[in-house]
Amino acid sequence: MYESPIRRPLITGETSYAKITEDIAQTVEGKPTKWWYLGFIVSVAALCLWFLTVGYLLFTGVGVWGLNKTVDWGWDITNFVWWVGIGHAGTLISAILLLFRQKWRTAVNRSAEAMTIFAVICAGSYPLLHAGRPWVIYWVFPLPNTYGSLWANFNSPLLWDVFAISTYLTVSVVFWYVGLIPDLATIRDRATGLRRKIYGFFSFGWNGSAKAWQRFESVSLILAGLATPLVLSVHTIVSMDFATSVIPGWHTTIFPPYFVAGAVFSGFAMVLTLLIIMRKAMRLEQYITINHIDVMNKIILVTGSIVGSAYITEFFIAWYSAVPYERYAFINRAFGPYWWAYWAMMTCNVITPQLFWSQKLRRNITAVFIISIFVNIGMWFERFVIIVTSLHRDYLPSSWAMYSPSWVEIGMFIGSQGLFFTLFFLFAKFVPVIAIAEVKSVAKSSASQYIKKTADQEGVDLKELNPQVVVPQLIDQYE
Amino acid sequence: MSKHYIIGVFGDEEPLLEAVKEVRASGTRIHEVYTPFPVHGLDELLGYKRSRLPKAAFLFGCLGFTLAITMQAWMLGIDWPMNIGGKPALAWPDFVPVSFELTVLITALGMVGTYLVACDFIPGNEAKMPDLRVTNDKFCMAIERDGTNAAAITSLLNKLGAEEIHEKELEL
Repeated sequence: MYESPIRRPLITGETSYAKITEDIAQTVEGKPTKWWYLGFIVSVAALCLWFLTVGYLLFTGVGVWGLNKTVDWGWDITNFVWWVGIGHAGTLISAILLLFRQKWRTAVNRSAEAMTIFAVICAGSYPLLHAGRPWVIYWVFPLPNTYGSLWANFNSPLLWDVFAISTYLTVSVVFWYVGLIPDLATIRDRATGLRRKIYGFFSFGWNGSAKAWQRFESVSLILAGLATPLVLSVHTIVSMDFATSVIPGWHTTIFPPYFVAGAVFSGFAMVLTLLIIMRKAMRLEQYITINHIDVMNKIILVTGSIVGSAYITEFFIAWYSAVPYERYAFINRAFGPYWWAYWAMMTCNVITPQLFWSQKLRRNITAVFIISIFVNIGMWFERFVIIVTSLHRDYLPSSWAMYSPSWVEIGMFIGSQGLFFTLFFLFAKFVPVIAIAEVKSVAKSSASQYIKKTADQEGVDLKELNPQVVVPQLIDQYE
Repeated sequence: MSKHYIIGVFGDEEPLLEAVKEVRASGTRIHEVYTPFPVHGLDELLGYKRSRLPKAAFLFGCLGFTLAITMQAWMLGIDWPMNIGGKPALAWPDFVPVSFELTVLITALGMVGTYLVACDFIPGNEAKMPDLRVTNDKFCMAIERDGTNAAAITSLLNKLGAEEIHEKELEL
């Protein structure tokens, strides 16, 4: 297969099909590193806090939160929107980039999609608990009236959300699992005894036949085609929870695209946070290379700029609308009692991603890690700003109020991180974290070994071709 | 039911594709080819028809859409119309999001279910494969032995660069 030598390699160092299998399967077959144990224990501790606070909430009622009559959506809905948004990067990588035939997706899609599933689980827990009585949560579904409620109201964006989030979770799990079956079979065929039995059960009798692969490709393509509009619809519908209401600062048509861009932005930040840790802890630097991190940073730069423009547009439109309430809502955001949240959001989301114009920073792992954390924080504040600053002072000054979270809300937020990371650590131990078969299918065209070979055959000097970028990558491996 | 197969083991995709072409040109029927990853163009060389899964997906999509629209219209318009601020009971634009989501959901579940059943991939099934290494780094071609052709096939595979050639009795 011909590949231009100017392409940056996606797999560095010596490689072969057997080595790819070996390198990725070792994360499942070997003993976990001490970093894995450390991370897992910390996550489980946080998860215990989640059980504790959620248990207390269920026995006592949602009154233990800091919400009041004016600010009736607080950290719960903030965290819901934040977690759903994080999920979006996984689907973007696995679906949209598949449609665009981006080869770099192969190394990161498995873990990004796992992140999606776990983030949506965390997200789903919030409306479930916010509803107050989770044991009758089936009332949100259109069940016959004898089950307790009338038919669900299909005119309500909150009900659209029920369908959007549950469809998103189901389709993400299905998409992820379809791609996982061949890799589980790889583990099965290397194992003996109990592990062979377990992975044999979950790999459904996969045999790698040409017919199975043909169908597999067909299914993957259609699932990608379905997941692409689905992921765009999910945050669009989440934004409609706000946009269809009449609260100043919420009632705006810019919300759907602005929420979707923000979701992808925060999701990629979380992918980077996770992958930078994982590639080190799991010794996968050869597969998740600096080039992967570089392209993801470019996506952060683009979506961060969209989000920044949306903030400015929102402000402009509030002034241009000449609606006093709308104007006040925005001035209050920036200079009212929650000014610190607004400026934390502006700094983290508008200024920090602009640093990625610099190639040096895009390729500096420490810098990327720090910036990704900043973006995670900034996007959390964005949701907090939208929800709390809009609610706390609306039309009637006599009902203006302030809101601050109680220890239960803080505990639940830390706890939901525990839930997320516990699931992620279990995933990293028991499932191949990189799509083995997919990486093999791009190895010929994208491994530095083969790119070097093509360059040699054509008499191209890689040093002259792109001295800044290609050379440190390639030459380090060969000289 | 197990049969006798001649299994040619190849080390990479290019010799495999070449061999598939030659074996088929020689008039020998290939039972199936097994690879560690999807090899592009292999299904065409083997003469496989295009998968009908996209058509199945379309039908499931139609089913999902019809169910969603009928459900919403029946519940809100016919079975229990509610007066919400004097607005029409059948507010079609409001049905768009749920119709979309259910269409996607039923298409995805239906198509993946069809795929698993068509390939006979059911939880706990035994894998019917000629060699355990096809999920790692080997590419295998299985040809059914019909009693007289064994020597010819073996020498042909040898000539085409098969790394190993085995004769096995197994169920594929």
